[in-house]
Amino acid sequence: MKDIAVSMKHITKNFSGINVLKDVSFNIYKGRVMALVGENGAGKSTLMKILTGVYLKTDGEIYLDGSEVSFNDTHSSQEAGIAIIHQELNLVKDLSIGENIFLGREPVSGRGRIMWKRLYENSEYWLKKLGLNENPRELVRNLSVGKQQLVEIAKALSIDAKVIIMDEPTGALTPAETQKLFNVINDLKREGKSIVYISHRLQEIFEICDDVTVLRDGELIGEKSVSETDEDKVIEMMVGRKLSEQYPRIETAIGQDVFRVESLSNEFVKDISFSLRQSETLGVAGLMGSSRTELMRTLYGIYPYKGDIFLNGTKIKILSPMDALNFGIAYVSEDRKTNGIITDMSVRDNITMSSLKKFTSALGLINKNKEQASANNYIETMSIKTAGTYQLLKYLSGGNQQKVSIAKNLNTSPKILILDEPTRGVDVGARKDIYDLINKFKKEGMCIIVVSSDIPEVLGICDRIMVMHEGKISGFLQQKDATQEAIMTLAVGKDVYNDDH
Amino acid sequence: MTTIKKLLKNKPLIVLLAASVVVAIINPRFLTWGNILTVLRQTSINAVIATGMTFAILIGGIDLSVGSVLGFCGAIAAAMISSGINVFVVVITALMLGTFIGFLNGTLITAGRLQPFIATLGTVTLLRGLILVFTKGRPISTGSTGASEAFGKIGTGFIGPIPIPVYIMIVVFILAYYILNHTRIGRYIYATGSNEEATIYSGIKTSRVKLFVYSVSGMTAALAGILITARLGSAQPTAGAGYELDAIAAVVLGGTSMAGGVGTIAGTAIGALIIGILNNALNLMKVPSYYQDVAKGIVILAAVLLDRKQKLSR
Repeated sequence: MKDIAVSMKHITKNFSGINVLKDVSFNIYKGRVMALVGENGAGKSTLMKILTGVYLKTDGEIYLDGSEVSFNDTHSSQEAGIAIIHQELNLVKDLSIGENIFLGREPVSGRGRIMWKRLYENSEYWLKKLGLNENPRELVRNLSVGKQQLVEIAKALSIDAKVIIMDEPTGALTPAETQKLFNVINDLKREGKSIVYISHRLQEIFEICDDVTVLRDGELIGEKSVSETDEDKVIEMMVGRKLSEQYPRIETAIGQDVFRVESLSNEFVKDISFSLRQSETLGVAGLMGSSRTELMRTLYGIYPYKGDIFLNGTKIKILSPMDALNFGIAYVSEDRKTNGIITDMSVRDNITMSSLKKFTSALGLINKNKEQASANNYIETMSIKTAGTYQLLKYLSGGNQQKVSIAKNLNTSPKILILDEPTRGVDVGARKDIYDLINKFKKEGMCIIVVSSDIPEVLGICDRIMVMHEGKISGFLQQKDATQEAIMTLAVGKDVYNDDH
Repeated sequence: MTTIKKLLKNKPLIVLLAASVVVAIINPRFLTWGNILTVLRQTSINAVIATGMTFAILIGGIDLSVGSVLGFCGAIAAAMISSGINVFVVVITALMLGTFIGFLNGTLITAGRLQPFIATLGTVTLLRGLILVFTKGRPISTGSTGASEAFGKIGTGFIGPIPIPVYIMIVVFILAYYILNHTRIGRYIYATGSNEEATIYSGIKTSRVKLFVYSVSGMTAALAGILITARLGSAQPTAGAGYELDAIAAVVLGGTSMAGGVGTIAGTAIGALIIGILNNALNLMKVPSYYQDVAKGIVILAAVLLDRKQKLSR
């Protein structure tokens, strides 16, 4: 019943003496969706890079439709009908959507002229299929990250591949966009295409995938039919131990109002009023375009605003991130690589970047021993996996980079910590660590704002949830009353009411 | 063993040593004490400018105005000295003037949001014009007052066996090293060059970092202007023309990335020495001056390519 499209057998990959993949076998079936899961560093990406010809395998065989193949570069794997949608966007921002979709494969006439009309018509067809209402002549630069992701998907679909690998395709998508993607995946299945679906979001896997393969530390742990297993079992296979509880929310006595925002407006948000109490974790939910991130960045001094902000009853004016940090407001960015961390600098330099003043003597010289001690302290307490404080951040996994980004902000001793998508691209183990940290901050009396597209996460860790819709607050929900449906209803702006608490 | 390996990885240093050995074999006079001091003294001007340039390139910018700042500040210094003003006052004024011009460059780049290349290119033309207006196109002699004699010492004097400009170069290197490696502003310079947005998000005002960097670059250019005017005893209207290119070459030879964020002051020191040795060797070998530039260009390109090739293969 299961027809094998691709079969990778006994794949071993050795990087300078270290086996990152050990005797892994992996199957992709025709007309089915295979989930590939594992913690960061489990070898998922390496396995897919071998399949698409980015890396050469050290040992093992790959069969495509029964005959052995060997790809030395991505071009030959594409020719053979294998397409990959990368987690990191690989679009040329100053070209149009259509030019990106057909980059390197532009339809040309006999005399070598690009047939623009055909290119844009074809682009439009794929955009429609993904429910993306954009002019294909629009520059990619002007699209939101979610829409860029959809363009990336359109590009892969347009190759008309037999096998499509999707690496975290929904990382930046709204629930509605995710649903459209799932519809497309179902269409592709019916056409007999094979899909590999890599995601940290297990719920998605149980919604859209047929089979699941679990890797851990470069080894194959097992392949199961989705119908034969459940989330807990998959998590157990991934981490090799039982996670007692995915969301370990704790109850703390919530104190006085610490932070209050009154009728704040700017080009992104309108009439925002809310308050935060000591030891409170406020979740912020909303779809793409709800301007959640823009609101947080406004509070962090990135964008100008009209309206009032009060800290402990005193009115404050936040004009820059420097002001925000001085008032004790810290922001952990959702877009780590662009503005959260500096990948070309060391773990130590990143951890002390926002609080370097603390480590500087009266003479203006940096006390490197003190810095080193601080970095070591965070590495230990947050279990950051790194070869040392000198390691450049680009060599750390996403989860560990995220921890460094949080450590950098903690070093400023914030009273209010804003976490924007704190677990995006973070594996299950590190996720749990981050939730535990949030609980620890809560106990210490910190106010925390968690912005997240992952609704179960918001439900799981927050005391109160603020839902936004198109730049406005559409409602608040207490943790005990909140359900996925209630959040979604507010998020789509169906039922707008404004009473706090 | 590991230190040797580390040294072998330092391509600029290897190039420097190889160049020295080759030149020494071709012309044994190269290794005489007198010639070494000459090389060091001649290198000092470019080295001082290249130090400021290193700062500018580290933040991902560039300062094309250094040559004209050198010329302008040199001319002002010469005029002041010739009217008998105290050397100390003149030196401080010239340095402040250079710093101020650098600050203006920085303002155009930060508040005016101009590309560093465009902003400093504009400054070059403006200053070159001002120099001609000020000097009326003729050299300004520092004269023969007591002040001019004392001023001349800065460029021609010795402390012990070593020329004063060499001491100045070394002090500039040490100060720059300390700023880049042991102060907050130094850390922010690397951060701004690596990822400006993340630096801003870390609560750092990168516009202040840039103003500082261009001010430093202006100041080092003015210092070089003082050195060259003191050495020659006069300020030429065309002084410093094209010096920005030698400074950039020294920085790049030293392994600093034009994209910003990566580079060291030690690298720049080596880069400046490579160029100094090259100039000296071409003179020793009596290469006609038109051919000297051709040879220099080829060597610079070859050295940078060698470095690039190694980085890619890693």
